[in-house]
Amino acid sequence: MSTDSIRWPQTETAAHPLVDKLHEWVTTVDHKRLGILYIIYALVFLLIGGIEATVIRIQLIRPHNDFVSPQVFNRMFTMHGTTMIFFVVMPVLFGFANYLIPLMIGARDMAFPRLNAFSFWMTAFGGLLLYFSLVGANGLYGAGNAPDVGWFAYAPLTSRTFSVGHSTDFWTLALLVSGFGSIGTAVNIIATVLCMRCPGMTLAKMPLFAWLNLVMASLVILAVSPLTAAQLMLLVDRYLGGHFFDTQAGGSAVIWMHFFWVFGHPEVYVLVIPAFAFASEIIPVFSRKAIFGYPVMVAATICIGFIGMSVWAHHMFTVGMSSAANTFFVISTMAIAVPTGIKIFNWLATMWGGKIEFKTPMLFCVAFLFQFLVAGLTGIMLGSAPFNWQLGNSYFVVAHFHYVIVGGILFTIFGAFYYWFPKMSGKMYSETLGKLHFWLFLIGFHLTFDFMHIPGLLGMPRRIYTYEPGRGWDVWNLIVTIGVFFQALGIVVFVANLVWSYFKGETAGSDPWDAWTLEWSTPSPPPAYNFAVIPTIKSRRPLWDLKHPADPDWKYE
Amino acid sequence: MNATYIPLQQPFTRELPSRGRVGMFVLIAAEAAIFTIFVVAYIFYIGKSLTGPTPQDVLTAPIFYSICLLSSSVTIHLAVQALRLGNVSVFSRWWFATITLGAIFLYGTATEWHRLIYRERLTISSNLFGTTYYSLVGLHGFHVVVGLLCLTLVLAFALTGRVKHEHAYRVDVLSLYWHFVDVVWVVVFTVVYIVGR
Repeated sequence: MSTDSIRWPQTETAAHPLVDKLHEWVTTVDHKRLGILYIIYALVFLLIGGIEATVIRIQLIRPHNDFVSPQVFNRMFTMHGTTMIFFVVMPVLFGFANYLIPLMIGARDMAFPRLNAFSFWMTAFGGLLLYFSLVGANGLYGAGNAPDVGWFAYAPLTSRTFSVGHSTDFWTLALLVSGFGSIGTAVNIIATVLCMRCPGMTLAKMPLFAWLNLVMASLVILAVSPLTAAQLMLLVDRYLGGHFFDTQAGGSAVIWMHFFWVFGHPEVYVLVIPAFAFASEIIPVFSRKAIFGYPVMVAATICIGFIGMSVWAHHMFTVGMSSAANTFFVISTMAIAVPTGIKIFNWLATMWGGKIEFKTPMLFCVAFLFQFLVAGLTGIMLGSAPFNWQLGNSYFVVAHFHYVIVGGILFTIFGAFYYWFPKMSGKMYSETLGKLHFWLFLIGFHLTFDFMHIPGLLGMPRRIYTYEPGRGWDVWNLIVTIGVFFQALGIVVFVANLVWSYFKGETAGSDPWDAWTLEWSTPSPPPAYNFAVIPTIKSRRPLWDLKHPADPDWKYE
Repeated sequence: MNATYIPLQQPFTRELPSRGRVGMFVLIAAEAAIFTIFVVAYIFYIGKSLTGPTPQDVLTAPIFYSICLLSSSVTIHLAVQALRLGNVSVFSRWWFATITLGAIFLYGTATEWHRLIYRERLTISSNLFGTTYYSLVGLHGFHVVVGLLCLTLVLAFALTGRVKHEHAYRVDVLSLYWHFVDVVWVVVFTVVYIVGR
């Protein structure tokens, strides 16, 4: 049967009423649709979390400001942190993993499509639960509404005594529910990568994207589960009168810190490894060279995964641990710089001698390389216990981890948006608006987070809602807040670009970047079945082999 | 650029691991991480309760019930083996035996908790021992309950003639979960009834 005889009822779908379309999206088990749902959901929360950050920064723009009350300020930084980690960055990364992994490994769907839908809706309802606290949390106590215990919710702040009402319960349940979703997605990613690869695709021939997401999913399994356990304990404490974190009954507040950071630090690698994955796909294509040192990249990632599990207590140097524990966590924290450094050198070596095209995705990745390096260097500074005793819980720390999460992770996520937007929508984005977004966001980022280090060094603690004038912090806080408006403007340009290009953009074609991985062999957007014929591959760059039959990669690998 | 990919001349054959088993193993890894945290909390809080009752006073090792639970691993293995050979009636019998053994174990937990709550006055809010004991044993008991529900569902299918030879693979995946529940009990038993006393 020739393919011409198959008529896909495209026109019929277009004629469906809106409610049918909505029904299709809500009941879908297609990995591409779920991926897009994840991404759109994360974008909505990005805007919400961004507004919360803006409120925080407006409050701190000058000393003795009273834009919001101290209570509202506490809720803002708690909601900002929780939202950005759990309901922006994780869902957006899961979205890209969902969308791209089956396409990249030549499969028609994820290993467990229904589990995939279940996981998405768990994550989605987790986010709604967190924000429902604004309506439902004060209950009969007349207490505050949104959670205000900080995103790591240290005991005993979370005990019934200090957190009346239900705000902390909403926080706990939101994280518990979305945690189940994350674990489900991680199970799915691992099973997909290990069991669904197309013929010829051995583990050593997978795109790095699939490899890195495999490591990310393993870390989710090992990191999110402890968080789930800790949240269960907190629920036992709050609802059943347990004493896990109740110091009055012999419980320990420090053990909550351990349980939280056993999740919390691997979580950083859960977020950054997919960012590495984006960079590892985008940089080679725009340098017109194969990735440098593929096996070393894989080994370094696995190494980061392993060491990443044993560095958590560097968040706790200021708590006062034994010197043996301090020494161990200083050394393990320093050690993780080695595989990370290897990766940075590999990306540089990929670009070295390449024919670099500075399209928007590449611009974001180049900025990522530089910024992630700086973030790593301040990380090494903070990883040294004596330095940390000085600057723990200061704005230096805030600047450091925003450098990682915004300068490293968010920049590559933007790069990934521009790189795969043509594949997902079938339309080309506007390069002019893309570059405008890049420069606005770059300027805003550096204004905010470069200068945020300085008040930290001058002793400004984090999570204060206002400060005295004349401590030398005023001008830095002003600059930091000005940067926020540049970033907000960049985000507006970004969203405008996506919306405008989706409706008015040029048709992109199946392979606008002349790229090499399998997703570019499908039409844009790919059909529900992905591949009419399951491909068979012979090298890491199957499309290169196809385009250059005289000089295929598999001869050299 | 052609939308479809040209297959090579020789069809490529190889064995990838089965997704059901891989998925279950990964789920087990996640569950193991959850149990690890609860076990760590239990060990950390041994002897830290400010008031009684203490484990030395009130706990006795439930040896008979533990033997029941552990031997259910053997019966479920025999059940899966029988189904692999296509013997559905033998499968149903061993499967039923597994459920019975699991239920006996739960009955054991229920009587133990009843004694602790009503005779020894130990509840989850009494002291740190109560909090950690009921959480850890309860978390395991919850997994036994979930396992029993799944096993009973399969038994219902088997009795209505819907479990056949070709389902051996799926039943095998479920049996992995049950084995995990049993292995966790070995850890919980050691920590609570041996180390903790």
